[in-house]
Amino acid sequence: MQRPSTDRTDLNPTEAADAASLAVHTQDLAKRYGRTVALSGLTMSVRRAEVFGFLGPNGAGKTTAVKLLVGLALPTAGEGWVLGAPIGDLQTRRRLGYLPELFRYQGWMKAREVLGLHCELSGMARSEWKKEIALALDLVGLADRADDKVEGFSKGMQQRLGLGVALLGRPELVLLDEPTSALDPVGRHDVREIIRQLKARGTAVFLNSHLLSEVEQVCDRLAVVDHGRVIATGTMAQILGQDGAVRIRVTGLELVKRAALKTYGNLEDEGEWLTFRGLAQDRVPELVSEIVRQGGRVYAVEPRHETLEDRFLQLLKEQGD
Amino acid sequence: MRVLTIARVTILEASRRKLLIALAGLTVVVVVLTSWGFSRLPTMKDVTPAEVRLAASQLTILVAFMFSGVLALGSTLVAAPSIASDIESGIALAILPRPIRRSEVLMGKWLGLGLLVTLYAGGSGLLELFGIWLGTGYLPPNPVAALAFVAAEGIVLMTLALLLSTRLAPMTGGVIALVLFFVGWIGGIALAIGQVFDNATIKNIGVGSRLLIPTDGLWHGAIYYLEPADILSAARAAGRARAGNPFFADAPLTIWYILWVIAWLLVLLLLANWSFARRDL
Repeated sequence: MQRPSTDRTDLNPTEAADAASLAVHTQDLAKRYGRTVALSGLTMSVRRAEVFGFLGPNGAGKTTAVKLLVGLALPTAGEGWVLGAPIGDLQTRRRLGYLPELFRYQGWMKAREVLGLHCELSGMARSEWKKEIALALDLVGLADRADDKVEGFSKGMQQRLGLGVALLGRPELVLLDEPTSALDPVGRHDVREIIRQLKARGTAVFLNSHLLSEVEQVCDRLAVVDHGRVIATGTMAQILGQDGAVRIRVTGLELVKRAALKTYGNLEDEGEWLTFRGLAQDRVPELVSEIVRQGGRVYAVEPRHETLEDRFLQLLKEQGD
Repeated sequence: MRVLTIARVTILEASRRKLLIALAGLTVVVVVLTSWGFSRLPTMKDVTPAEVRLAASQLTILVAFMFSGVLALGSTLVAAPSIASDIESGIALAILPRPIRRSEVLMGKWLGLGLLVTLYAGGSGLLELFGIWLGTGYLPPNPVAALAFVAAEGIVLMTLALLLSTRLAPMTGGVIALVLFFVGWIGGIALAIGQVFDNATIKNIGVGSRLLIPTDGLWHGAIYYLEPADILSAARAAGRARAGNPFFADAPLTIWYILWVIAWLLVLLLLANWSFARRDL
């Protein structure tokens, strides 16, 4: 079984070394604001045409990482490449789409005009604008509000517009920073569909989110960051692992003997219920026999499928320990 | 030409936010009222044409001072938030990852605001002078040069506010620019007093303030071209009696001072570009 990488990148060395073939590659990328370390050595890789989830608790450095990738902030140390070019490269930005976490567009403009401005700034041929704008408006469900001023839009509609702006010109890499933070369940569903469509047409998507269910549903690979560095990276299966968890209801087991069971897995003691994480399923009968041998009376054994949330919290806890 | 795109958007924003229509409306009201006031001068009892000309020339300078004040305050209020509020609101976060240099965004804003300042100075100034001419038959000796200096004063203050806008909140940058503007004005008065009483210390303070903040220097450049030659010589003859008069200029600006102002503008623009380029967003 391939374990998730807890350091650097999970790609093979040849692949990771070839930054040109990757959508994103960073090597010890760091950012410091005065004395505050926002990012303390980020090393990760995103393949082309994959949906990459970037997870982490608040203040982990997720938005800082995205800002470094799109050139909004300058790194203090380390290196990074986006679509094969050093981060900040002007020409490469033609092939990027970006939805900021703090999304705001000119309120005095119509939605169509905002998209037109971004077509112009991205250097797109004028003959393409009309088609691209119509496509973007249609994709994000704003076709009927195209000629309304943005200042009249709800927050969710502005986020949809931002997504439309990010998708203009068929970018090769789209960076979405919390793209559903202002959306209702329908909007969230729509965004997941858009991400799947982007992947189908070969666009790499860098999804910065703390909505674990969202990441679980759409991402091919992901990285978990904490305190400005990657603490785990890999495919969803690698991150979740095939080891599950098991809950056992047991009585008559002394505290000392309970502690001795820690060799079977990460133990959470909730009185009558004991939860073992990271336990291979074929070791469950052995564990139950051991509990009985120690004088415990077993009333229930419940295997538990580990969710991304379980694994995420566990990773953060391990990091904290 | 992304600089032109940003300049166009800057002007369009001023138009859509009704700044242009508000300024145009207020200017028309002010011009109509002042022109009516000027037209009353020749109708006053026992007034001679020479007296009308004297009064019209001095009142023209006062009206020009009002317009230059409006222009200075307006330039600051429009430029101080130009970069800062785009950063605060998040608009800049969507624009800057596009294939556009930060210097192009900054220079586009400067160009757009510069055009607005010039348009206002030229438009309102010419309209006002036309109204004065209709009312009194008086025209200052070189209205175009005077208006060019008034516009330059606005551009200087706008550039200063734009530089502050790359680092400071709109309110802070605006307040600092305005304080410097008024300090420069007082510095100009100090220079005039220092010159009349030949006091080296006060003169140096005045010269220093005029070099650091060239708005008052440019204002005096404008005044000179609004003063008829006979009034200029009469004022010169008054000697110490005119000490500290902020509405009098003894001589035109030297070419060296004009070159200094151009260099000052270039340095501030370089600083603004450097500051914006290095700012983490």
